[in-house]
Amino acid sequence: METEKFEPKIVAFVCNWCTYTGADLAGTSRLKQQTNARLIRVPCTGRIDPVFIIKAFEKGADGVLVSGCHPNDCHYNTGNFHARRRWIFFRQLLDFVGIDSSRLYFSWVSASEGKKWVDVVDGVINSVREKGPFNGYKKLNKEIEIPVK
Amino acid sequence: MKQLIDISKELFESKKVGYIIGYAEDKFKRVKPFVAHSSSDAERFVFSNYSVNNLAVYLTRLLKPKESKIGIVAKGCDIKSIIALIQENQIKREDVIIIGVNCNGVVNQIDEQFSKENTAIKCKYCQVRTPAHYDYLVGEIKDVDLPEDKNFAIMQKLESMNAEERWNFWEAEFEKCVKCYACRQVCPLCYCEQCIVDKSMPRWIDSSATVKGNFAWNMIRAFHLSGRCIGCNECERACPADIPLSLLNRKMGMVAMNEFNYRHGTDINQPTLIGNYNVNDKEDFIM
Repeated sequence: METEKFEPKIVAFVCNWCTYTGADLAGTSRLKQQTNARLIRVPCTGRIDPVFIIKAFEKGADGVLVSGCHPNDCHYNTGNFHARRRWIFFRQLLDFVGIDSSRLYFSWVSASEGKKWVDVVDGVINSVREKGPFNGYKKLNKEIEIPVK
Repeated sequence: MKQLIDISKELFESKKVGYIIGYAEDKFKRVKPFVAHSSSDAERFVFSNYSVNNLAVYLTRLLKPKESKIGIVAKGCDIKSIIALIQENQIKREDVIIIGVNCNGVVNQIDEQFSKENTAIKCKYCQVRTPAHYDYLVGEIKDVDLPEDKNFAIMQKLESMNAEERWNFWEAEFEKCVKCYACRQVCPLCYCEQCIVDKSMPRWIDSSATVKGNFAWNMIRAFHLSGRCIGCNECERACPADIPLSLLNRKMGMVAMNEFNYRHGTDINQPTLIGNYNVNDKEDFIM
């Protein structure tokens, strides 16, 4: 029996003002991109609490992408600076408990960088596909699942 | 500890303090936290190698006395947490009188007998046996050398593993967690009025004691303490399941040290790490 080809699930947390608009631009300019990423729009990268990222992994994501405005471009002036400092800690914490930091990606994509968005998303999807599924949480979820008769 | 009792009595008599948080022996000769409200209470104060508790936790839990201050008996590590609380605007410096104690290492009396080798983990890499900040200082240092730090080897071993092995290590540890939140209750820096695990709309962290929820809880607690934990290791002492929480906190402390050259709880006037930012923070991991 042929095993099903692995398609990664990527959750992307994107900021409303830059990356979401950038992704929109990629769409309106009809740039081709892979469709494994599910975008979640948040007001600002500063709004992204690390529990969101943990929740995404819990719910079966194989990789997470977080993206927002370039430094000094934040709609709220300092949101991405605060977020950046948090990420420095958070990605190393995730790595230390065993969620490989190559499953968690960060990028700055501005509203005019539709092409960069396509490159980032394709790059993330390809590298996660190469790494294979993230089995840590899938195993744990199976343990607490109620079997359906 | 005559010095300690004399200072406490003097503070009560001059009405400088409403109460003093310290250590006293109970009827089974075990050293426990004790709040003295008068100079006759203060006679019960002791400080020994079994004064392991970090009393700074009570500063945000007890009511502040009206028109007087709180006195607190504190080791070097406890004073770091007091400074951390001041840095984070939880207490005011002028509201506390710190009776610093020169400490020769402590151990949890219920578990073990104290000896130079057999101390709490935090004492093995302690840099503040003589406190850096105090109003009064009592006691004396007997032996300056530190015992061997075995936890550092465990840290190095963990870091040399691959991600999957680390996940399996922590899965086995977090499986023991019963979600009693003792780690939170005993932590002097966990002072939020409503903790994120208690929020139920939406419920971000699974409150049942499943491995999945335990992972989320312990990761988020370590993250909320990143760049803030001063390493008193009270969480690990209080943990009924013996989860090595100090490894997580120590790792985050090492990140703060490596990336920002920052150590929390050393300087009252230093701005906190999380909650401030620098335009030139490192971003080599961002695409």
